[in-house]
Amino acid sequence: MSDIALTTATAAPARRSRLSQSRLRSAWLFLTPMIVVLAVVAGWPLLRTIWFGFTDANLSDLSATQFIGLENYYSVYDGETYGLIVDPSWWNAVWNTIWFSAVSVSIETALGLIVALVLNANFRGRALVRAAVLIPWAIPTIVSAKMWGWMLHDQFGVLNDILMGIGLLSQPVAWTADPQTAMWAVVMVDVWKTTPFMALLILAGLQMLPADCYEAARVDGIHPVKVFFKVTLPLIRPAIMVAVIFRALDALRIFDLIYVLTSNSSDTMSMSVYARQQLVDFQEVGYGSAASTLLFLVIAALTIATITLGKVRLGGEMK
Amino acid sequence: MAEVILRQVRKSFGRVETIHGVDLHIRDREFVVFVGPSGCGKSTLLRLIAGLEDITVGALEIDGEDVTDKTPKERGIAMVFQSYALYPHMTVYENMAFGLKLSKTDKHDIDAKVRAAADTLELGELLDRLPKQLSGGQRQRVAIGRAIVRNPKVFLFDEPLSNLDASLRVQMRIEIAKLHERMNATMVYVTHDQVEAMTLADKIVVLSAGRVEQVGAPLDLYHHPQNLFVAGFIGSPQMNFISCEVLETSPEGATLALPGGGHVLAAVNVTALATGDRVTLGVRPEHLFHAGADTDQAISGTVEVVEELGESHFLYVRLADGTLLTARAGGDAPQSIDSTVRIGLKGGDCHVFGADGKAMPRLA
Repeated sequence: MSDIALTTATAAPARRSRLSQSRLRSAWLFLTPMIVVLAVVAGWPLLRTIWFGFTDANLSDLSATQFIGLENYYSVYDGETYGLIVDPSWWNAVWNTIWFSAVSVSIETALGLIVALVLNANFRGRALVRAAVLIPWAIPTIVSAKMWGWMLHDQFGVLNDILMGIGLLSQPVAWTADPQTAMWAVVMVDVWKTTPFMALLILAGLQMLPADCYEAARVDGIHPVKVFFKVTLPLIRPAIMVAVIFRALDALRIFDLIYVLTSNSSDTMSMSVYARQQLVDFQEVGYGSAASTLLFLVIAALTIATITLGKVRLGGEMK
Repeated sequence: MAEVILRQVRKSFGRVETIHGVDLHIRDREFVVFVGPSGCGKSTLLRLIAGLEDITVGALEIDGEDVTDKTPKERGIAMVFQSYALYPHMTVYENMAFGLKLSKTDKHDIDAKVRAAADTLELGELLDRLPKQLSGGQRQRVAIGRAIVRNPKVFLFDEPLSNLDASLRVQMRIEIAKLHERMNATMVYVTHDQVEAMTLADKIVVLSAGRVEQVGAPLDLYHHPQNLFVAGFIGSPQMNFISCEVLETSPEGATLALPGGGHVLAAVNVTALATGDRVTLGVRPEHLFHAGADTDQAISGTVEVVEELGESHFLYVRLADGTLLTARAGGDAPQSIDSTVRIGLKGGDCHVFGADGKAMPRLA
């Protein structure tokens, strides 16, 4: 008796029941459109870019494209090395991008945390302030970049006017053109624009925190600053890490802000700006695609490193 | 010595007043339970004592000191929350030691205190676990342990057992009772469960809509409820209320006309009653019994529902005036649905409430 029951029980999982088969079918039915769309709008361009990276394609005549292997990345002619990985301006762009991402995301995290803590407090008109804080983020980047471009303008900019008016500057500064200030100007505008996003993501984390823990801490008479560092910060770390990764992914492919504010200046050139310059200005589709592919690999590597080192469980339980 | 005294305490949230002037004297080492239906203000009152809410008007004294404007920490209290309020990222040990660490207590001292509390609550083997690795009962014990290590003057419990399942609740109830005996501390305990209130309390405070309805020892409330609310709230199943007319008053009590004929001589003080008054007769289900045909002190009705509990049974009987009467008796029910029964009652078990809901003092 028990033997029979045992065999049927163990045999059951091997053959899918009709119910789970039909569930599987409907799952595929729902997933297929999404997979097709993703394959067409994301998969195909990505694969094509990677392919172009192995060719000598030129925008003037794409039909004459030839496969040249890894020559866009590295090649040697007559003892001279060519290719992306020995191109100092590519590495300048990589360094610029990483510096920009690290600095702007750090500042945004710190400011975003402060803004989130303020917005998490109970005060009159909180809903209004929450909405107002979002405004910089809601403005299209091109528009805010142009707006800031004018505000930072060396001749007509309001920033120079104010700073000279209160006597901090004796002569106008070309914020976006001066190598000393150009990158900082870009960082400042990026911080202005994306701190709200950071604040909202962290605020969402803050609102998930158990309120009773804070009451327990109050009863125990623990100083609010200690509570912040010992309770709040450890508990919202997952939310902060997710926000940092989102923002870092965004920052590493920065293009529009830098391009609008400083054009192709080498002081601020990011990887994306470099790739665009190769692709469009120099019409080197093959070389530009190789740069884009490397950009993709750099971002992937940095993201994997952050997730691994930060021990972030994106899909797992948060507690 | 830690007495807790509330003097005309009021609490308003915005323009809405939720606690309407509460006077209360909690003696040293007393176990006081606040009970009442949802929204009666019992938790708010506890939070006022804890200092988690500000007292709008009135004064609070703990251990002879006015603490109305003091922070929770300065009041010398510890609180156990319904949802345990453990820090999810800290181990059991860290949870219990957290409050002490920050008040700069000596390390060995902290260790000794935490281990002593862990021993008391049998948490010794769980000290390195995180809250999520514990069962509900264990979490609650950690929350209590965190309160113990602070060695407070007053323990406050906010519905500590309501997140536990029934059998654990009974077990923890006994543990809390033992804890009170061992700690010799003043404890204030909020619950909506009257079994917890009856079994744990030295003194029960029944609250309704932000007012104290009655304060007394558990059996006092059971035997001598001062009004309809307390009579209905204490006791399970609820006391039966039957609308009656006073036929006659005498030094032995009031003779009341029962629905469908019959009458009962309720043993209450009749100074506030006159013949012809409409009153409410209250009698508990456990004081009703199956009556024979020979007695006149009985009510007839039709059995609507029978509930068998094994050791006893409940009869739900529809009376002539439409009231549904609940009767409890031991063993299996001899009646079936739709049969007519005669339910007997004794004058000594009767409560009589006037039109204003106030109880007539019972003679027994």
